[in-house]
Amino acid sequence: MKQGLDVSASSLVDDAPRRRRKPFLLRRKVQRRVLPWVVIILLFVLWEIVVRVFGIEQFLLPAPSAIFQAGWQWRWPILDNAWQTFMTTAVGFFIAVAFGLLAGIAIGSSTMVYDGFYPALIGFNTIPKVAVIPILVIWFGVGTVPAVITAFLLSFFPILVNVATGIATVEPELRDVLRALGASRWQVIQKVGLPRSMPYFFASLKVAITVAFVGSIVAETVAANKGIGHLMLVASSRFEVPLAFAGLLVTSVMGIGMYLIAEVVERRMTGWATRGVDGGMTAQG
Amino acid sequence: MNLVDLDRVSMRYGEDDEGTLALHRTTLKVRTGEFVAVVGPSGCGKSTLMKVVTGLWPATAGTVCVSGREVVGPLNIVGMAFQNPTLLPWRTTLANVMLPLEIVKPHCSRLKRERVAYEAKARDLLALVGLKGFEAHFPWQLSGGMQQRASLCRALVHDPSLLMLDEPFASLDMFTREELWLALQDLWLARKPTVILVTHDLREAALLSDRVLVMSARPGRIVAERIVELPRPRTLEMTYDAYSVALVHELREHISSARSSAA
Repeated sequence: MKQGLDVSASSLVDDAPRRRRKPFLLRRKVQRRVLPWVVIILLFVLWEIVVRVFGIEQFLLPAPSAIFQAGWQWRWPILDNAWQTFMTTAVGFFIAVAFGLLAGIAIGSSTMVYDGFYPALIGFNTIPKVAVIPILVIWFGVGTVPAVITAFLLSFFPILVNVATGIATVEPELRDVLRALGASRWQVIQKVGLPRSMPYFFASLKVAITVAFVGSIVAETVAANKGIGHLMLVASSRFEVPLAFAGLLVTSVMGIGMYLIAEVVERRMTGWATRGVDGGMTAQG
Repeated sequence: MNLVDLDRVSMRYGEDDEGTLALHRTTLKVRTGEFVAVVGPSGCGKSTLMKVVTGLWPATAGTVCVSGREVVGPLNIVGMAFQNPTLLPWRTTLANVMLPLEIVKPHCSRLKRERVAYEAKARDLLALVGLKGFEAHFPWQLSGGMQQRASLCRALVHDPSLLMLDEPFASLDMFTREELWLALQDLWLARKPTVILVTHDLREAALLSDRVLVMSARPGRIVAERIVELPRPRTLEMTYDAYSVALVHELREHISSARSSAA
């Protein structure tokens, strides 16, 4: 008896995972943070080497060093124009969020609104938005407004579709439970439809913010006198190709930044939908 | 006094005479405080009966009265639980149970002021079904049986005068089911709501109800009725004694004849 106890005790000690802490750079968490940067830096290094070894002309493909140099040299105009693009995109995006949410609720909660409006919306969404910009210029003139509207036009559709889907797919039994309590249609939307469409909504924000940038920059290259799109157009027309590339770089940094913000908000708001990832505790029995 | 009174109620799906006839001239009376079980072959319109009684779907013909008034729209005094627990995944167990209080008329306006009292009530209910300590857990952290218990609490938290249960234990294993039978009996004995329980399980019907109704195959109507004369509180052992076994056998007979007459 006593021996048996001893055996189990010692085997417990032996089996107990005595993991030594791994070296800093080999830890999984650290790797996940560091690896993306390593990949980006390697890409730039490779790019630099290719440009130098093959002697590629700067107006065809500038080396990263030249791009960063141009970026630093023109830092104030770039920042100024980047701020313009950022504001344009943000305004268009937030209008898209408000409109997409409201229209999504309306379309998702009523089959009549859905049947009536959805085909028209799909038809509208198939129009290439670049083709609309000249018309916007006729209406609003060259400047900020067409860019804001283009950003809005591109980004509201994914939001609308996702919110509408979330609300339209409420389980019938759940709806019965609430209606048998005397809940109004708006209460069913408020208590069940909206919360359950939130994961769809935040997923769509990530798509929407990216295409909003596409919209504002395209509009700026076509019809604006300010903004990163305009700056790149001017730079390439003056064969300042490194500056054009610097603009591109700034755009992608802004896009990634907005995407990350959307992701953080998503995780905060709808942690319940990604429960598997955080490994919540599970009760049995 | 009858809480539920169905008089020759028919229910047809679809907009014209072509639709499926799910209920055919069903007459049903349930006394206030009574526990009634409805059994029948599958697809006999038991769930349709629930929807008609609660006013979620209007009857095609006949009259439906609940607590003396004719039902024209969804009632707001009903607690419902289904085979699927249908808890909201973004709410904790406690918040899920409190959901009806945010909607039902006298409670929703008082909820803000008397939050503490209402929360205590919900906690008591959860404790009664053995979920003490799980109030802050989310549904996905609970097992299927625990989710179903929480769903029962949600159906009861606003003291409904009518409780509609649509095969609430059908997807659970035998042991969990037996446990929940007793939990449901405790809940019923403590508050005495009127209950209509739709089930496939004849033992369940015999153990829980005061009266068992047998429905015929589609189009459904009530073909047999048996009073269960067992003392309360009932125990699981009672489902194996001679009386219950004979009752279950008899109900079985009715259901098989209902099935064969339809075929």
